[in-house]
Amino acid sequence: MDGVHDMGGMHGFGKVEPEKDEPVFHEEWEARTQALYRAMSYTGAWVIDQARFTREQLPPTVYLASSYYKKWELGMERQLAELGLAGADELAAGHALRPGKPLKRKLSAAEVPNIITRGSFARPAEKPARFKPGDHVRTKNIHPKTHTRLPRYARDKIGVVEALRGCHVFPDTVAIGKGEDPQWLYTVLFDGRELWGESAEPSLKVSIEAFEPYLDSA
Amino acid sequence: MEQRHEHHHDDEHGSELSEMQLRVRALETVLTEKGYIDPAALDAIIEAYETKVGPHIGARVVAKAWSDPSFKRALLEDGTKAVLGLGIINRVGDHLIAVENTPKQHNMIVCTLCSCYPWEVLGLPPVWYKSAPYRSRAVNDPRGVLADFGVALPADTAIRVWDSTAETRFIVLPMRPKGSENWSEEKLASLVTRDSMIGTGLAKQPGEVT
Repeated sequence: MDGVHDMGGMHGFGKVEPEKDEPVFHEEWEARTQALYRAMSYTGAWVIDQARFTREQLPPTVYLASSYYKKWELGMERQLAELGLAGADELAAGHALRPGKPLKRKLSAAEVPNIITRGSFARPAEKPARFKPGDHVRTKNIHPKTHTRLPRYARDKIGVVEALRGCHVFPDTVAIGKGEDPQWLYTVLFDGRELWGESAEPSLKVSIEAFEPYLDSA
Repeated sequence: MEQRHEHHHDDEHGSELSEMQLRVRALETVLTEKGYIDPAALDAIIEAYETKVGPHIGARVVAKAWSDPSFKRALLEDGTKAVLGLGIINRVGDHLIAVENTPKQHNMIVCTLCSCYPWEVLGLPPVWYKSAPYRSRAVNDPRGVLADFGVALPADTAIRVWDSTAETRFIVLPMRPKGSENWSEEKLASLVTRDSMIGTGLAKQPGEVT
């Protein structure tokens, strides 16, 4: 979706402000939120792209005004309600008002060292890759109202395939419950001027990780 | 953790903080009562992120690459396999890709759409990495972003930005500073900052560490 989360190239957000000796978490609730998200992901209640899509659907004013972990927390509340796993009435009451639904599995403390690593999204290929390194490609001019990982600034642009990165779960379908539909993934390199016009820094090159359905031959 | 700020707002003027504390507490209670989660697992996750996973892992990878040319080749060829082979961590996500800084090209990593970051080797991302200013500007004004970090590159160094838009993850292999030629791997690791592995900083100079 063409939301405010798709920030590449936008103006007006000001300077980057690094914090010296930044702690891993600034507040206890941030740590709990991160851990709650990980533990609920482990149950199989949602996959990562569904969680991303839910956060993207927060109202733009809420998205921009909320801290990072607040977005996670609000996204989780929304997702739990949509899935019927926990209702707004229960969160308001601070207690479960109905029994839980059965979930695939439950994370134990002993299992935690094994889940700190990201999951694997690589899948066996169903067909040969359409492009190879060196091929010129044009990204599609798409504007789905649902989740996509093709950023706005890199749509309808000509680039060069730099590398083939294997075959992976396709975020655009899995985010909306339409299956993993594995797709080949490429690193596609763009000249800064192709993306930003004549005012771009001459030496700039930018790459995205592009799934095959995002690309046409050029 | 001592470094975390504990705030208590018992009055009725709820700040965002106290509101969030209450919301998260309610969420955790409800999910626990419904049998979805075990709070002890949450404690273990937080402990892992605060004490086990972090940029010290990436720093050891970089130090090894600086001192061992065959490891460096292996790292640039297949980051996941090479890092696993080091035995510092026992699992690495798919497709960790190491990109090398040279006098000709400086690499910078961003996730313009959310916050994709190589957790296994750098830990959780800092706030600025997930912020709108960084996500918006890294792809079209990387030199301006570097200036925010106090870094000025030579004009003839080209800049390459990697937008982490899928489940591939990137780590920058910064340039080894001059004057560190005979250093041990352990000492070399002390030169490697988190920011130098994202590409918003450079490795420290030997004179900057004791």
